[in-house]
Amino acid sequence: MAERKTIDARGAYCPGPLMELIAALKLSQVGDELEVLSSDKGSAADIPEWVEKVGHQMVGTTAHDGYWSVVIRKAK
Amino acid sequence: MAKNILIVGGGLAGTIVGNGLCRQLSAKLRTGEVSITMLGTTDTHLYQPGLLYVPFGKIREHELFREQRKILDKRVNFMIDPAKTIDVAGNKVTTNSGKTIHYDYMVLATGSRCMPQNIPGMAEGAHWFYELDAARKLRDALAEFKGGKIVVNVNAPHKCPVAPLEISFMLKDFLQGKGVWDKTELTYTYPIGRLHALEPVANWAKPEFEKAGIKGELFFNTKSVDPVKKVISSEEGVDLPYDLLITIPPHNGAEVILNNDLGAGGWVPTNKLSLQREGSTNVFVCGDTTNIPISKAGSTAHFEADTIIDNIASLVLEGRMARDYDGKVFCFVETGMSTGTYVWFNYTTPPNPTAPTQMIHWFKLAYNRLYWLSARGLL
Repeated sequence: MAERKTIDARGAYCPGPLMELIAALKLSQVGDELEVLSSDKGSAADIPEWVEKVGHQMVGTTAHDGYWSVVIRKAK
Repeated sequence: MAKNILIVGGGLAGTIVGNGLCRQLSAKLRTGEVSITMLGTTDTHLYQPGLLYVPFGKIREHELFREQRKILDKRVNFMIDPAKTIDVAGNKVTTNSGKTIHYDYMVLATGSRCMPQNIPGMAEGAHWFYELDAARKLRDALAEFKGGKIVVNVNAPHKCPVAPLEISFMLKDFLQGKGVWDKTELTYTYPIGRLHALEPVANWAKPEFEKAGIKGELFFNTKSVDPVKKVISSEEGVDLPYDLLITIPPHNGAEVILNNDLGAGGWVPTNKLSLQREGSTNVFVCGDTTNIPISKAGSTAHFEADTIIDNIASLVLEGRMARDYDGKVFCFVETGMSTGTYVWFNYTTPPNPTAPTQMIHWFKLAYNRLYWLSARGLL
């Protein structure tokens, strides 16, 4: 059964939100959704760019007060 | 009734915690009101950052090791008897030999492991330097290297986040010295869209790579290695041929964490401020073992250990927590065989690397020996 997991990478400079997402995907199943919370505006662009390149699915990006929520679905 | 403090793991994190608690709780240890036990896996302590120098013959292997018993305070009951079952609900741990140890406070410091076997073909087709045997094999491969394509390949998650850049710069200097750099093409692959997770470090590295003639292949997450055809392939669809593949393998946490369902991937869910295991008030997690989105590095373990020492000592002596961890990390960065820089940051202060100097490189070399004072909790 697909799960949804949240990675709170706010204030994480190293390894940072996208590296955390990549590591978490390796521990997830196809169909799982991962939400990344990031205080780094660049992540709102970097994560969708990588997700498209590698072939996972973007679910959506939401701007909050001081951080962004990026949700993706593991597709392969 | 004595308070029993149990430290699971005898690496840097566990050792600093053990030594620090002995100092903070010396009076209670003397009266028998507190006991400290450590469960380790080996009688030797390895200085892991020193492995970076092994492939280049720049460190002697005996400098990498000390007897664990000699760097650990004598008041710690040290047992080479790894934990087998960890029962956080029952506050007890069973060891491989069958002993059951009850605890009032536990520190999980079981570290991380290289897992080249997680990627098809990697263990057979790649070299790495994060383990001694592998670093020796890489040293032998470099000794025979006469030029060709080298790929330095970085995988997530991994510890010591600046080591991939360091080895790239050191390779250039080493191969120049050997007279084969002009016959070498060095490509560095990284999982995200810049050369390093830390943006200021990536911004600094980009022109340095251009100056050195090192190519960057970004958004490269390794799918497989073909050790026969000597090709490494990415999830993003890029194939790179190589003559010598040097990888930073993906890491997992310790098997005992996985076997006891304490965290996916072997990383224990941990409060990033208190360093308590999520769901526990008497279990702390230190170093690579946590799932905190922060660098897995010796300095992280050191600064976390300082926080845990203060908190456990305060709980024992005053019945309350002392302070939060601020996310501090400090890393030296070797930028060649004769220069270095450093970065430090915490949860609220971004990193800002300074220009490389020979002095910082010398200080890093000095720290290779000062490390043993860190492990003893004196530095």
